[in-house]
Amino acid sequence: MADREPVLKVENLTITYDTEKGPLHTVRNVSLQIAPGEIYGLVGESGSGKTTFARGVVRYLPSNGKITTGRISLSGTDLATLSHKQIRKVWGSRVTMVHQDPNASINPSMLIGDQIAEAMRVHLGLNKKQAGQKAIEMLNKVRMPDPELVARRYAHQLSGGMLQRVLIATAMATNPEFMIMDEPTTALDVTTEAVILDLIRELMSEYNTAILFITHNLGVIARICDRIGVLYAGELMEEGPIHEVFRNRLHPYTRGLLGCVPRVDASKKSITLSSIPGFIPRPNQLPPGCIFAPRCDLVEEACQLERPPLVEIGPSHLSSCRRVDCLRTRTKEVEQAREERIEELGPVVLEARNIKKYFPFSGGLTALVRGKKSVKAVDDISIRMRSSFTLGIVGESGCGKTTLARCIAGLEEATSGEIDLEGEHLDYSVSRREPAVLKKIQMVFQNPDASLNPQLPAGYSVARPLTLLRNMSKKQVQERVKELFAAVSLPPDYIDRLPHELSGGEKQRVAIARAFAADPVLMICDEPISSLDVSVQASLMNLLAELQGTAGTAYLFISHDLAAVRHLSDWIAVVYLGRLWEIGSAEDVFVPPYHPYTEALLSAIPIPDPDIEQDRIRLKGSVPSALNVPPGCRFHTRCPRKIGAVCETEEPPWREMEGGHRICCHIPIDELKTLQGGGLLKKAGQGGNR
Amino acid sequence: MGLYILRRLGFIFLTLFLASVIIFIVTQFLPGDVARIILGQFATEAAIDNLREELGLNQPAYRQYLNWAGGFIRGDWGDSLVSRMPVRPIVMQRLGNSIMLAGLALCIYVPLGIVLGVIAALKQNKLPDQLISGISMAFVGLPEFVSGLLLITFLAIGAGWFPANSSIDPDAKFFESLPYLILPAVTVSLTGLGYVARMTRSGTIDVLGSDYTRAAELKGLPGRQVLVRHVLRNSLLPTVTIVAMGIGWLLGGLIVTEAVYGYPGLGRLLVYGIQRQDLPIIQAASMIVVAAYSFSNLAADIIYGLLNPRIRVGG
Repeated sequence: MADREPVLKVENLTITYDTEKGPLHTVRNVSLQIAPGEIYGLVGESGSGKTTFARGVVRYLPSNGKITTGRISLSGTDLATLSHKQIRKVWGSRVTMVHQDPNASINPSMLIGDQIAEAMRVHLGLNKKQAGQKAIEMLNKVRMPDPELVARRYAHQLSGGMLQRVLIATAMATNPEFMIMDEPTTALDVTTEAVILDLIRELMSEYNTAILFITHNLGVIARICDRIGVLYAGELMEEGPIHEVFRNRLHPYTRGLLGCVPRVDASKKSITLSSIPGFIPRPNQLPPGCIFAPRCDLVEEACQLERPPLVEIGPSHLSSCRRVDCLRTRTKEVEQAREERIEELGPVVLEARNIKKYFPFSGGLTALVRGKKSVKAVDDISIRMRSSFTLGIVGESGCGKTTLARCIAGLEEATSGEIDLEGEHLDYSVSRREPAVLKKIQMVFQNPDASLNPQLPAGYSVARPLTLLRNMSKKQVQERVKELFAAVSLPPDYIDRLPHELSGGEKQRVAIARAFAADPVLMICDEPISSLDVSVQASLMNLLAELQGTAGTAYLFISHDLAAVRHLSDWIAVVYLGRLWEIGSAEDVFVPPYHPYTEALLSAIPIPDPDIEQDRIRLKGSVPSALNVPPGCRFHTRCPRKIGAVCETEEPPWREMEGGHRICCHIPIDELKTLQGGGLLKKAGQGGNR
Repeated sequence: MGLYILRRLGFIFLTLFLASVIIFIVTQFLPGDVARIILGQFATEAAIDNLREELGLNQPAYRQYLNWAGGFIRGDWGDSLVSRMPVRPIVMQRLGNSIMLAGLALCIYVPLGIVLGVIAALKQNKLPDQLISGISMAFVGLPEFVSGLLLITFLAIGAGWFPANSSIDPDAKFFESLPYLILPAVTVSLTGLGYVARMTRSGTIDVLGSDYTRAAELKGLPGRQVLVRHVLRNSLLPTVTIVAMGIGWLLGGLIVTEAVYGYPGLGRLLVYGIQRQDLPIIQAASMIVVAAYSFSNLAADIIYGLLNPRIRVGG
């Protein structure tokens, strides 16, 4: 592809923000080219300047941001010098953008069809009728079911996946030369993400558009991109063809990022995730030498003296590391092996039987007219947990994962069922549980910003459970807070800091310290790492694994990130529409035979290795409403392995296997085994070119 | 949506019922003996007993309430204790005057407030915004008796453009009364303007920063189209609510303004009734004010629902 004339040619682009503290050069000297039909993946942690770069390329910067140097050539037009009026003509016709949050990117009070047609009317000069017709065609192109109907709908009537299709249809409608996709699948479920990525791949080869694909997710890059650029603190560190970069990883930062991602074929028992120490430097506090030097494990004196240039180190493969030769000889695996723990079943900590949680759906007059209905968020789930044991719960959003956790914690009162903690019967509601019971179950929430009091120092949040639940004296509390901060690897002076003085990862460490302060026997972690960068995720997962090793706490770990669940969990439960469909040890759940739903989830995981070819099992549509649960097997409406009428009418039986692995499906185990073959991970042949 | 309106109407009748109970209790029971109030301090016991019998004051409380409420629903709102005239025509005429004043004030401050609010939002934190926000805030804070007197001093007495007193002739047609209406309407508008402008400004700033506005701009649409179809369509929703809810205030809450100009509106009737302890006037006028507030709230919700597809079309 490199021999074709590039559509986009960015040379030495530097973008500067004027701030109160002086100019901030957020993106510095970035050059890259993208050919027609090529998908260029730009990856980096938050704060690396990905989005600023993309907005700068299309000249959509806030009023205090400007391009200080550089040329941006779009098929010969220099975008950097266009007037504001001229660039407006380029937007929407030659360059289009797909944004991260499809829900927020679509005008809520305008019909979908009109929003797709709009750009075509302005740029292609179509009249209202033609544009409307073309909008429906575009919806058809992005495989939207019932395009005519969808065109006459509003944003709130469509699911996230459908809205992202609408955004793609809008962006493709004017047949642009160049398109920017800024984290287009980050807000979606893993299953929807897989479907959207397939769609983007197909459309791009058909339309021959050049694409700049921005994401923090290396797995997504591996699945969809042709080339990758790794951005760090506003500069390109490594660039090259996707297979080349993932195989050789010739920059320590790339290597670090990839080492952070948990693998689907290994867990905390065998490996510790590598994490990158320290933080991205701010553009006004850059180190004098290599900007990655302070966080690099290969650093030598020369690295800190002079900034190394980005040089070609292989066929169209660039890296800015001085020590490329050293990297070449090092083995690829940087992860540390962990001593295998001898499995020993601990005592049962939690036993939850037949938990149900029904939410009444609207009351008053509506209920009189339409009859009472309820949303069956959790419908008969039983789990058992032992000490030093992690149960991972996976499933798409809206399947009842969080509700189940909240019922166990008592934050939501279960409708029926029994919850026993260490043999003691628990009340449904947290407000009627004794302090001695409360201290035994603690929670870590997804968003540490919202779960820490912004007005009070971090140490206070950690001290609260000590005074409230453990009746410690003031002196004991002080001691214990210090120990806890040390346990979560935070320096002691952080005790007096306010939450806004901490980074996202540090806040989550405080939240974990708070949970451990109560000395719980069971900790519920509801998406504790989802909103954080990969390197931070890795260090938190290591921390959780470590703390479990010393404290023997049981974890209920909820996440939509299946690789993270695989890494941390001993057992995994697969939930769909409020029911359990498969449960077993992590090793068993991730290899066939598995439930068709598990199979679809697993085949959707974006694995950060372009040489792995996954099965392409894609689910149609989205999770049905829990108001109208399909009869028979609840999964039959989307099941790719449906066997017939029996799935629609009869509830499937539980099928037991060795090691307590259970699957709830009409298909017998042996048949599942033959259908599913070798399983998830298939290394592609030697080639590796798409 | 239909069901929703029906339910809201049900709640309005509940509100009106509760309000009528409170009004009845406050006026009939709390201040002492109604018959004594009517006949004055020096009436004989016999005369008071007679009147109590005549007014049904010896009956149990719930019967008294039912009699009163039943009469009210049938349109028999009683006679004024002072003038002995039927209350209903008096209240209705005053309501008419209030509606005239409210209508004119709305025509002034709503369009002006929206335009100023949008300008302020587009020029956020620049000079035009600071001027508009500062001045509109000052107007909100300025009491009506101050702004009213200033307007009278300069525009009526000083320049002589408008009459200083607005006690309009009950038989006058709308256009004949218009000159009398302008100063009171402007006075009211100064307050209303501030609310509308600030609401529009903050709503518009929110939407200008939204992802879908960014998406619309990056579609390369002309600036005017982005503003009208994407920004204003969403940013004016909260303004609509504020305006519709203001109608209740315009009809029943302009006591000070009406007093400053001597304008015969509903607010002043209420004050007049309280001063003379004219119970049927107080009861009828309060009920109308409660109804005005309730229905303008309903109007606000209905208009909001019609403009917002999330409510109009449902999920």
